[in-house]
Amino acid sequence: MTDIYLDNNATTKVDPAVVDVMIPYFLEQYGNPSSIHKFADGVARGLKQARQQVQALIGCEHDSEIIFTSCGTESNSTAILSAIKAQPNKKEIITTMVEHPAILSLCDYLEKEGYTIHRMPVDKAGRLNLESYKRLLSDQVAIVSVMWANNETGTIFPVAEMAEMANAAGVMFHTDAVQAVGKIPMMLQDTKIDMLSLSGHKLHAPKGIGVLYLRRGTRYRPLLRGGHQERGRRAGTENSASIVGLGKACELALEYIEYENTKVKAMRDRLEQGITEQIGHCFVTGDMYNRLPNTTDIAFEYIEGESILMLLNKYGIAASSGSACTSGSLEPSHVMRAMDIPYTAAHGTIRFSFSRYNSMAEVDKVLEVMPGIVATLRKLSPYWDGNGPVADPEKAFAPTYA
Amino acid sequence: MWDYSDKVKEHFFNPKNAGAVVDANATGEVGSISCGDALRLTLKVDDESEIILEAGFQTFGCGSAIASSSVLTEIIKGMTLDDALKVTNQDIADQLEGLPPEKMHCSVMGREALQAAIANYRGEEWKDDHEEGALICKCFAIDAVMIEEMVWANKLRTVEDVTNFTKAGGGCAACHEDIEAILEKVLAEKGEKFDPTAAPVAAPEKVAAVKAPMTNLQRIKKIEEVLESLRPALMADGGDVELVEVIGNTAYVNMTGACNGCQMAAMTIAGIQQRLMEVMGEFIKVVPASEMAKLVNIEVA
Repeated sequence: MTDIYLDNNATTKVDPAVVDVMIPYFLEQYGNPSSIHKFADGVARGLKQARQQVQALIGCEHDSEIIFTSCGTESNSTAILSAIKAQPNKKEIITTMVEHPAILSLCDYLEKEGYTIHRMPVDKAGRLNLESYKRLLSDQVAIVSVMWANNETGTIFPVAEMAEMANAAGVMFHTDAVQAVGKIPMMLQDTKIDMLSLSGHKLHAPKGIGVLYLRRGTRYRPLLRGGHQERGRRAGTENSASIVGLGKACELALEYIEYENTKVKAMRDRLEQGITEQIGHCFVTGDMYNRLPNTTDIAFEYIEGESILMLLNKYGIAASSGSACTSGSLEPSHVMRAMDIPYTAAHGTIRFSFSRYNSMAEVDKVLEVMPGIVATLRKLSPYWDGNGPVADPEKAFAPTYA
Repeated sequence: MWDYSDKVKEHFFNPKNAGAVVDANATGEVGSISCGDALRLTLKVDDESEIILEAGFQTFGCGSAIASSSVLTEIIKGMTLDDALKVTNQDIADQLEGLPPEKMHCSVMGREALQAAIANYRGEEWKDDHEEGALICKCFAIDAVMIEEMVWANKLRTVEDVTNFTKAGGGCAACHEDIEAILEKVLAEKGEKFDPTAAPVAAPEKVAAVKAPMTNLQRIKKIEEVLESLRPALMADGGDVELVEVIGNTAYVNMTGACNGCQMAAMTIAGIQQRLMEVMGEFIKVVPASEMAKLVNIEVA
């Protein structure tokens, strides 16, 4: 049986067409784009084309608003640190409790440096309260940073609306859109979003390439100073092969965006429906009605996610989990905790994330093995008794130092 | 994915003694549902001989938690309760051919469930004596709670102090920022301020550094002295070290007790070498004595 990859929110396969356009930049056009000779004379053109391909996918007004970086994390750090350096008098940052660590760790660090961090909570379906958001906006806030779509649940935040509100209050708005770009259509020029991060490897480009979109006129301070690359806004020799690859990947993503929202979504829906129908005591987390088309995150109660993944792996199926064990931490995923998912379910969450490379046959294969996997582990669980959870599970099994 | 040994995988995919023992007369329940690991161990103990006739486990947890539970039941079946109490978490990890440092706590949970079950059989109350914190030092598997306690108990002030007392930070050094954060926090609670340049508190029997070149005899004596100073830390983990031979700048040592066969042995040897070099001010290579035979043979040949 061939392996089934359902972990596309973690990273994606590089599209063969992307690899093809990259190879000449390793073997022929390997000159430094700043050089004046024939090894470099095609590179500048390649970079320009890539910039336009990215521009087309995110719908921004100018291609000079695209800054190539090394990854989504660099784009995020650049955005937030730029905002606080450009506005040294503003000492507050607004974000959410469910951001990626690329934002949260940086905010934790800035908190130690004296910044006030407002981490907005979410409800049980992972949604924000825009009323309380509005109350937080003030002239003390340097930047709002809110993810476009959540990496674990796929829940989409109303970033366009939130950017309008920030703009009205005179506050800069950044969105970490690494999960959203290429999966849902966007037209940045019609929004008030000032900065946006995207990452190549989430959309079938290689790892190690990212973009910071910077709206023209947004006050900006570079993170990396040095040469004149990226108009002095991100020094460092251009990663030309990867930039060109990212351009191609963006072109393909735009081409497939309807497929993503119809065919890919249909696979996701079938898997989700099949699992929740066949298996008791499991539920979908996040905002069911406002989600990325490719993501489903399902909590299997009374069992632990890493065990599920190990058994899935035995069948050649790749997914990921929000359990503590998979990351070696002491708490299950902060996203699950923020949604107030009970521990007995949070540790058993499995995220299946699709791409255009998946098929319905693969969905059927997962549906075939999943009930058995869950049953095997529940048989071992102290919270499970025969065909259902033990009565009053939290009391029936209350281990010491719980 | 974790780099689990084949033994861990074997016990995970085909667990032994899963489920509760039907007419059990001893039960131990330990774990923490917030961490995502919990284990109920049930035993059937022969009242006459106190021999464990049957053992069964029910585990909510990851691959290594299930494997640790399974291997534990295999280890203790047929043992007397007194012998079973001597089973350490290292025994469980060894039977599994090692566990990743982040997963050592799974073996600790196994040992605790066993102690709790035996206490339950004997009508005693079992008290857990350990609180688990976030793993800070991945080289030596030292968590935040352990470091905090040592900082409090020994009035530690610098990262070097913490390394001297707990080994944390003595390997790859990537966790030094985290150790500094713990020092900042604890010192703030004590009303002091963290100063990275503060003089270290007296290390446990710290040996003074040597400046001048040494004779071989001096070198051997000095190495002995340094090993002596490191011994308490090793013994705290149930291990020990013995100097076998010194040839040139190579010290051959035997790691004994729990250090013997421990996955951390290589890291521990690296730590000893580091300490020796600091004190002696010259390059010293520390090599397991088992390597000596090869070397001697080469020289003879």
